[in-house]
Amino acid sequence: MNHDRYDNGYILGILQSVRTIAMVGASAKWNRPSFFAMKYLQEKGYRVLPINPGLAGQEILGETVWPDLASTPGPFEMVDVFRASEYAGGLVDESIRLKDEKGIEVVWMQLGVRDAAAAERAEAAGLKVVMDRCPKIEFGRLNAELSWAGFDSKVITARRRRLKSA
Amino acid sequence: MSETSKQTSFGFETRSIHAGAQPEPVTGARQTPIFQNTSYVFYDADHAASLFNLQTFGFIYSRLTNPTVAVLEERIASLEGGRGTTCCASGHAAQILALFALMEPGDDFVASTRLYGGSITQFGKTFRKFDWSVRFTDFDHLDAVRAAIGPRTKALFCESLANPGGVVSDLEALAAIAHDAGIPLIVDNTLATPWLCRPIDWGADLVVHSTTKFLSGNGTAMGGAVVDSGRFDWSAHRDRFPGLAKPEPAYHGLTFAETFGDMAFTMQAHAVGLRDLGATMAPQHAFLTLLGCETLALRMERHCSNAARIAAFLNDHPAVAWVNYAGLPGNRYGDLARKYLPKGYGSVYTFGVKGGYQAGLKVVESVELFSHLANVGDARSLILHPASTTHRQLSEAQQTAAGAGPDVIRLSIGLETVDDLIADLDRALSAAQARTAAE
Repeated sequence: MNHDRYDNGYILGILQSVRTIAMVGASAKWNRPSFFAMKYLQEKGYRVLPINPGLAGQEILGETVWPDLASTPGPFEMVDVFRASEYAGGLVDESIRLKDEKGIEVVWMQLGVRDAAAAERAEAAGLKVVMDRCPKIEFGRLNAELSWAGFDSKVITARRRRLKSA
Repeated sequence: MSETSKQTSFGFETRSIHAGAQPEPVTGARQTPIFQNTSYVFYDADHAASLFNLQTFGFIYSRLTNPTVAVLEERIASLEGGRGTTCCASGHAAQILALFALMEPGDDFVASTRLYGGSITQFGKTFRKFDWSVRFTDFDHLDAVRAAIGPRTKALFCESLANPGGVVSDLEALAAIAHDAGIPLIVDNTLATPWLCRPIDWGADLVVHSTTKFLSGNGTAMGGAVVDSGRFDWSAHRDRFPGLAKPEPAYHGLTFAETFGDMAFTMQAHAVGLRDLGATMAPQHAFLTLLGCETLALRMERHCSNAARIAAFLNDHPAVAWVNYAGLPGNRYGDLARKYLPKGYGSVYTFGVKGGYQAGLKVVESVELFSHLANVGDARSLILHPASTTHRQLSEAQQTAAGAGPDVIRLSIGLETVDDLIADLDRALSAAQARTAAE
C-alpha cells in the first residue's frame, strides 16, 4: 500500500482495535518524545509496555521496562518503533517472527522512521503497517484534540461527535 | 471518534465554512460558540502536569489557546495549506511572533523595501530595541536579495501583493534564494488572501496575516495570524534556530523541533510566543473573523471584479495621471501577477491625481460613498491621501520614495454597486479638476 498518505479510516481502524502497545525505544526522561507519547496513550486508555534494554527491569509511568520484544509478555496488538530507521528492519522481522505468539497485528514506525522494504515484508506476513507517523498525533488529530493547538486536522464533517462518558 | 471522517481534499469554499468547525460536541451548537473564558479546569494534578509539560493536548489559559480562536487557527491553516496557525492580536503581533521564534539578539532579516508602512516602522525602529536589525532590500532585484543575506540573517520577508503599490513578489524565486541560504521565507499574504494566492504552494515557509482586513472583511475585528507550512527543517540548522532546534530552558530542556516535528513552530508560537509576549487574539474577534472567512471566496471575487472595473475607469480618466494596478495593460508586475494571482489582482491600489497635493486633498474630501479612513480590506470602499495622513510627517522626497507622493490616492475597493463607486470617484475627480483649473 501507499505509505505516503493514509486514509483516516485506516488509521482510525488501527487506533480503535488496538488495546496494548509495545513501545520499542521508550524513554524514562520526561522531556523525550517517547515519554510524551507513552503518557498520552496511557491517558487515552491504551496499555503501553515500554521496551528499552538499557532500562530493563526499571519502571516507566508505572509499567515494567522489558529488554526486547521476545521477552515482553503478550498479548500486544501493536509494536510502536521509537528507534531510528536503520533499526526498523530488524524490529519488523522480529515482529513477524513473534506475530502469532504475541498477537501482533500492527507495526507502527514513528515520525521520521521509514523502511519501505521492511514494510513490504510485514504486509506480506499479514501485518498492518504505518510509517512516519506518531500515534499520539494521529489520535489527537482524529479526535479534534490536535485542532485545539491550531493544527489542520484535515477532518471536515457536519456530524456531531458522540462523547464517551468520562 | 467519528466513523465517517474521511481523508478528502475538499474545495476552498467548503473549507472556508467547515475547516476547524465541527459541531460543538457537548451541545450540538452548529455555529462556533464564543468561549468567553480565561481558564480551564484540570481533571487532577497529573492532568495539569501533562498540560503544562505539553505532553497532552488541551486548554490551560486563553493567553495561550482558546477553543474559539483554535477554530479560526485551523480554518486559516486549511485555507493556506499550512500545518498549523497561531492567531494573535493584530498583524503587527503576527510579525513579532513569526520572527520571535527565529531571531536572537544581534540577528538580522532581509525585508522588501516595498512593505506596508506600518511594517517598515516596526521593523526599522521598534525591533532595534530587541537588537534585531532589518536589511531593507529591493526585492525586484533577486541578486540584491541574495547579496543582502549575511551570516546572522534568519529570514526573508516580503508581501505577496504589497500595500499599497500593486507590487507582486516573485515568491518561487525568493523561496529558492531563502532555502539556498538555509533560512525560511516569510510572506505577508494579507492583501491577496489565500483565495488569490497561497504562498506555501510556491515555497514560502511562514505566512503572516492581518486578519483585520479581508479575512474578517467588515472592519470589525483586529487580529493577526502566523501560518507554518511545517516544511522547514529547523533541526538541519540547529545553531541558526536555537529557539526551535535546541533545548528550551523555559520547558526544562524540551527541544521543539525534535518533540513536535513538523508541528514545532506552531507549538513554540503558542507555548513560548503567546505565553510570554501576551499578544492574544480575543475569542470575540476570532468569532467575527470566522464569519468573514465563510464568505471569503465570494467577497474576493466581487472585490476583484469591482477593482478591475474601477482601475479601467481611472486609467481612462483625464484627471488621472497614472494607476498602479497589476491588472492594467503594461503594468510592470503584470507577468508576476498572472503567475501568482491568476484569479484577480486584489482591490487595494493607488492612483495619481493631476494637480498634486491640493487636488489629492480635494478628491478625498469630495467623495460621498468612499470612506476617508486608514484601513483596507473592508466591505465598504475606502480612500486615503497618504501625504496628508499616514505619511504627513515625511518630507516630500521621503513621501515619493515610499510611494506616498503628494498626488497619490490609495483605494480599497469594496462591495458596493460598482457603478455607484465609479460615479462617486468621477464626481470627486471633476471637483479636483475644477479646483486645479481655478488656481
